[in-house]
Amino acid sequence: MADERVEVVLQVNGREHRLEVSPRWTLSDVLRHQLGLIGTHVGCEQGVCGACTVLLDGEPVRSCLMFAVQAQGQHITTVEGITPENGLSPLQEAFRAHHALQCGYCTPGMLLTAQALLDRDPNPSEETIREALTGNLCRCTGYQFIVDAVLAARGQGRGA
Amino acid sequence: MKPAAFKYFRASTTEEALQHLEAHPGSKVLAGGQSLVPLMNFRLSRPEVLVDINGVDELNRLSVEGGEVRIGALVRHQQLAESVDVARAVPVLSTAAQHIGHWAIRNRGTIGGSVAHADPASELPAALVALNGSVVLRSAAGERRLPADEFFQGFFNTALQDGDLIVELRIPVSKSRFGFSEVVRRPGDFALVGAYIERAGSSGAVTWFGLSGRPERLPVDAWPQGESDRRALLERLVGALPVDESEDYKRAMAVNVAERAYHQAEGEK
Ligand SMILES: Cc1cc2nc3c(=O)[nH]c(=O)nc-3n(C[C@H](O)[C@H](O)[C@H](O)COP(=O)(O)OP(=O)(O)OC[C@H]3O[C@@H](n4cnc5c(N)ncnc54)[C@H](O)[C@@H]3O)c2cc1C
Ligand code: FES
Ligand code: FES
Repeated sequence: MADERVEVVLQVNGREHRLEVSPRWTLSDVLRHQLGLIGTHVGCEQGVCGACTVLLDGEPVRSCLMFAVQAQGQHITTVEGITPENGLSPLQEAFRAHHALQCGYCTPGMLLTAQALLDRDPNPSEETIREALTGNLCRCTGYQFIVDAVLAARGQGRGA
Repeated sequence: MKPAAFKYFRASTTEEALQHLEAHPGSKVLAGGQSLVPLMNFRLSRPEVLVDINGVDELNRLSVEGGEVRIGALVRHQQLAESVDVARAVPVLSTAAQHIGHWAIRNRGTIGGSVAHADPASELPAALVALNGSVVLRSAAGERRLPADEFFQGFFNTALQDGDLIVELRIPVSKSRFGFSEVVRRPGDFALVGAYIERAGSSGAVTWFGLSGRPERLPVDAWPQGESDRRALLERLVGALPVDESEDYKRAMAVNVAERAYHQAEGEK
């Protein structure tokens, strides 16, 4: 079948992008290849690893399991969108301070899931944090330092 | 890998979705995409036409009326898990919905998609069977309603026909107490085995999932009070189910999980 192109308007990190996409292109691929937002990582393309997690109207979703055409009119936040112009957000700062990353592959997805949790519940318990992060796999840290970082970032908002 | 090319239609009403489904034989409905898109990413599924129903607001309603919980096909698992109405009317359904996948999966996955996909290890199809629910289908030919027990026919196999759209799931509000429990390797995984228990006075039922090709509801005339008698009864019931030889170990698990669900049901309400 011919790979047709359709127009889609995406709101990514507060900016509007008018793009020509093929319906079969996933949101993760369009973010990375069309918009150059390579902070969104792609690990498994089957919804299991969580590396591609982005926020859709503020809620975490798998960008590998959505087609870009579907995001028409919705607001998408990638890791670039929660990173301040200068320096790091309080959550990112806590990840650094607590050694919550080694290779960094899982980190964008971890940050977005944790940020969405802190946005809806500024003071989550350790259990709530662990439950929220079950959908994000990390092959390096053993999770404890990630949980420590999110605990430390409680009550600090998103920063500038 | 990447999905094969397809033609994409975005429906904004049920009517429009039905028209697209009828006009394009072999087309597929795209709901939450949490089962279909992984299959497409690996080219295990290559539909030529997708009809996206995410913009059909009328399929997103959730209400309790006339003694029934009415759940639109597009209601997301997270919505179900967080609904106060559902927690009041059928608390076991909230509990079960919280056990589906992970937060990001629940934010997209829909009840209609879960029921259409009919994975034998999934929580919601079994909930419909355990709670005597039914599936409301529409096609160009009209609307029909099937009891869940008839709808689920076997391994990933249902009464859905080409051109059918699941529009609503209905669950009667019941006086019985229900319990739910499942065994998973890691939180968020599909269940190895799960059970719903119904206690209606001294009688009730057990519904197992993950054991055979579809959820199985087995009535119980009188629940034994003592644990060992109850376990003996559950062992007898599970012994009669067609379980694959390689999964024989699941029978013991099924008894344990049902026993746990039985105690959950005790605590309900
Ligand atoms: C990592 C991961 C973990 C998961 N864990 C679990 C779990 O523990 N338990 C569980 O139950 N599920 C789990 N799921 C699956 C998830 O619940 C899916 O959301 C669900 O099975 C399918 O719903 P969907 O809305 O995403 O459907 P889609 O993927 O959009 O569609 C699935 C199928 O149903 C058809 N369909 C969808 N809606 C309709 C409709 N209204 N009428 C007719 N046909 C329709 C589609 O054409 C397709 O064939 C998991 C998924 C992932 C990726
Ligand atoms: S790449 Fe999307 S979940 Fe792994
Ligand atoms: S830091 Fe390497 S996968 Fe998490």
